[in-house]
Formats: sequence, C-alpha cells, structure tokens
Amino acid sequence: MRHSKQAVAPYIILSIIGVLFILPLLWVVVASFDSGAGEVLRRPEGLTVSNFGSVFADPQNLKAFRNSFIIAGGQAIFVVVLAGIASYPLSRFRMKHKQVFMLSMLLMTSLPITAIMVPVYKMFLNFNLYDHLGGVMLFMIASALPYGIWLMKNFMDGVPIELEEAAWVDGATTLQSIRHIVIPLMLPGVCTVAIFTFSGSWGNFFVPYILLNSADKLPAAVKLYQYFGMHGMVAYGELAAFSVTYTIPSVILYVISQKFMSGGFTLAGGAKG
Amino acid sequence: MIEVRERGWRGVIRKYGLLMPAIILILVFFVGPILLTIYYSFTNLALTGSGAQQVRFVGWKNYQQMFKDPNVYVAILNTLIFLFGSLIGQQLLGFTIAYCMKSVKKWFRSLIGPIILAIWVMPEVVSALCMYSFFYDDGTVNQILSVIGIPPVLWLYQHAMLTVVLANIFRGTAFSMMMFQSALDEVPGDLEEAAAIDGAGRFTALVRIVLPCIRRTIGTNTILNTLQTLGVFGMIFMMTGGGPGTDTQTLPIFMYNQAFKGYNLAYGTAISMILLFLGAVLSVFFTMMSKER
Repeated sequence: MRHSKQAVAPYIILSIIGVLFILPLLWVVVASFDSGAGEVLRRPEGLTVSNFGSVFADPQNLKAFRNSFIIAGGQAIFVVVLAGIASYPLSRFRMKHKQVFMLSMLLMTSLPITAIMVPVYKMFLNFNLYDHLGGVMLFMIASALPYGIWLMKNFMDGVPIELEEAAWVDGATTLQSIRHIVIPLMLPGVCTVAIFTFSGSWGNFFVPYILLNSADKLPAAVKLYQYFGMHGMVAYGELAAFSVTYTIPSVILYVISQKFMSGGFTLAGGAKG
Repeated sequence: MIEVRERGWRGVIRKYGLLMPAIILILVFFVGPILLTIYYSFTNLALTGSGAQQVRFVGWKNYQQMFKDPNVYVAILNTLIFLFGSLIGQQLLGFTIAYCMKSVKKWFRSLIGPIILAIWVMPEVVSALCMYSFFYDDGTVNQILSVIGIPPVLWLYQHAMLTVVLANIFRGTAFSMMMFQSALDEVPGDLEEAAAIDGAGRFTALVRIVLPCIRRTIGTNTILNTLQTLGVFGMIFMMTGGGPGTDTQTLPIFMYNQAFKGYNLAYGTAISMILLFLGAVLSVFFTMMSKER
C-alpha cells in the first residue's frame, strides 16, 4: 500500500502545478479566437479568426513584426559570424591571457543589461544612433557577443584539431580547413547560438523601448506594450491575437533548439536582464 | 594548440585579427557604457536644463542626494522583497517539479514539462499580459476564488508587490526546474537505494543525500536567478508600472522614472550604480564558481 501511495503522489503534485501553470495562459489563447473578447478569461461569444485577420490587415502591425525580424535576424547573423571568427584563435592558438579573456566574457554574460541603459541612451544621442534600427542592432550584437563567444569557443574545442591537421597535410589552407571541416562539424553549435540570440532579441522589450522612438521603427514587443497601454480603447481580441502571433516564433525556435541539444544542457550563463 | 610562429606584426595580426571585430564592439557598446555609468553618476547630466547643455563634474552630489531620498530606500526594499520572494518561490517550486518528475512515467513528463516551460519561452511582454489578465479585478484568480466563496481581491492594487512576485515566480520557475533536473540526473541512484535499505525515509534521503549532492547547483542557480531578477523591468513595468504609488517601484523602474521621465540622467546612473555593483559582485562569484568546476 505504502508503495502505491508514494507512486501516486508525484502525479497529483505535478497535476496541480500543471493546472496552475496553464490557467494564466488560457486567456490569451481563448481571447484571440473570441469575437467579443475582454480583458479576462470567459466563455467566448463566438469563435472567429477575424482577430488574426485584423492584426495582419494593419500595416503598422506587419511593420512591427518586420522590425523585430530585422533586429533579431541581423543580430543573430552578426553574433554567429563575429563570435565564430573570434572563437577560432581562442580555441586553436596558444595565447597569453586567454583564460582571463574567457572569464571576463563569462562575467559580462551575467551582468544585468538594465543597469547600463542610461549611458547607452546618452551615447546613442551623441553618436546619432538614437531611433535607428541599425544602432539598436549594434548594441544588441555587442551585448550578446560575450555569451556567443563563450558558447562558440566551447563548441569549437569539441572539433578535434587532428582533423584540421590532416587537411593541412593534404594541402588545405587554414580558411579551407575552417570552411570544410570546422564549420560543418560545428553546425549544431552555430544553430544553437543563432537561435538563442534570435529568441533573446525577439523577446527583448527594454532595449528597443529605450533606444527607438518612431512608430514605424518599433518592434513587436514595444508595439504590444503601446497597444496594451491605451486602456479603455483596446480591442482585446486583437491584442490577444497579436500576442499569440508574436509568441509563435519563440515557441518554434525553442522546439528546434531542443532538437539540437538532445541529451539536455545547462543554461549556465544564459541569464540576461 | 597551434603555436603561431610568425614574429612581429604578421604574427600579431594572425593571432588577434579574428578577435578584433568582436572585441571592438564589446569595448564600445558594452564596456564603454559600464565606465560611462560610473562617470555620469558623478556629473549633472540631464535631458533638459543646464545639465543638458554642459556636463559638469559634481562629485558625490548624486550619491548624497540618493542617501537623503526616501524613495531610494523604498526602491531598495522593494527590490529585495521582489528578489527574495522570486528566489524562494522559483527554487522551491522548480525543485519540487524536478524532484517529482523523476518518479513519473515519461508520457506524463512530456505533458507537464512544456506546460511549465511555456510561460518562460514566450516573450516577456506577452507573459506579463497573461499575468495581468490572470490577476485582474474580475480575472481568472478572482473567478476561481468566487467559486469557493471568497470575495474578490484587488490583486494589482492592494497586493501589487505580492502579485508581481507571483508573476515572476510563474515565469522563472522553468529555469530552476531545468537546472535542478540536470543536477538530479547526476545524483547516483544507488546512494538513495542504500539509504532506503538502511531505513532512511524519503524525506531523510532527500535532506541528507540529494540536497548535499546538488548544493553546487543550488548555489549557481541562486546567483543566476538573482542576476536575472535584479534586471527585471518589462514584467513589472507592464503589470503595474511601478505603482500603485511606489509599491512595486524596484531599482530598474526607479532608475527609468528618474532618468527618462524625470529627465535626470545623472541621478538615474547613480541609481543604476547600485544595480551594477550588486551585479558585478554576483557575477564575480558566479565566474569563480564556474571556474572551479
């Protein structure tokens, strides 16, 4: 008897927690399909997809998604390339102060970005970068690089140098060995860094909120905040549909990233404000 | 390891050339702002008025003002409440889930896992929105309470701090769960079995064997959670805006209000120095712990 009681307890505990965690998410899903949605969860007046229709019919919304995509995509590409080339010497060459460099990368990974936004804002005003998508991208690239370098270097350490040496013996140049041996073997790592960077950027609210101003440059996160901020005149069905649409890429990318990292991974150092 | 043999400039370029673009970007946009934070906190930098035209060095003035400002103490206290509430909630809940997940069938694990992860994976503003609706006056929580016969609670006004802490626990639990799951996987099963044979109950085994085995993870997780929680802005900003009054005004919100709403950038940077200092100390701890491993 004692045995069966113990076996059931975890199921009960997890079920309760599971229900608790699902409840807050119900509203956004239900409301996005409700023709008369309000700000709280209730039985839908009627099922409809017109909320999504109106989200996509508004060019301002499309622009917001496009901006998010440009910032996140651009950031991911640059972080992968810059962290990739930086990690080659770090992984392959004997260097003085290498350990100090890697530790300072790790240190920067965990600093709360929130704390440095005031000087960044001032800097952007001085450099004429304020309210430019490219400027936001530059800052986000820089802030994601420490983590990117840290990950990439560790992935590259996993590619045996003997493979490269064999290629050199066969007459390959360093660049050729990187292209034909290191990059293909590191592809899962490259994708991991790209996905991490993209989804971190896709969900970031504070940085674009501080550094961008014009309505047609705002990404989805800031757009959603403004949408929501206009109390009283908000169309909750559309707000929910916008949220759901905005969430889908994050979820898809997370699922893909899990495929790359089957066998579990620790997110040590993945913390970002 | 490759020994770069070329001497002089060629060797230097071969060695460090590939590192340069990353280093320059990090120096300009990351290290630069950190140093500027320190510098600006000793100036009168402002968005309007004289501080906007000419930046002047004012010594400790911002810090003196800070020590006299009752709102600073409120913000620090709020930050600590938010921090410890989130830490305790996320770790207890995260550990409970991870521990229970060990003894359920795989299909059940793959059902519960994604549910916990969902609110962590989604963008911060969307989870804040869900939490807002959840705790709203006639929202889901109060609907459930009314079924049991408890009168509705004005969560976002009367218990704003508790509400944002709960919201942050919802969001952050998944991270702790994953950390504890991977740590628990490494606790040798035979240790627990041996304890059971010696007559130790489940609870004794948990306290005496499992927890000591994963104490490093608890440490790392606490530091990472703290660093994450210190920087939380969007969640609170969207749910309560720091209010009502100053009830949920944590340091990041207070910094934002002073710098961007009050146009006093220098005072804002002095406030962010508190965050930066705490963050730096904890980051050093975290880095040292990772180095030992």
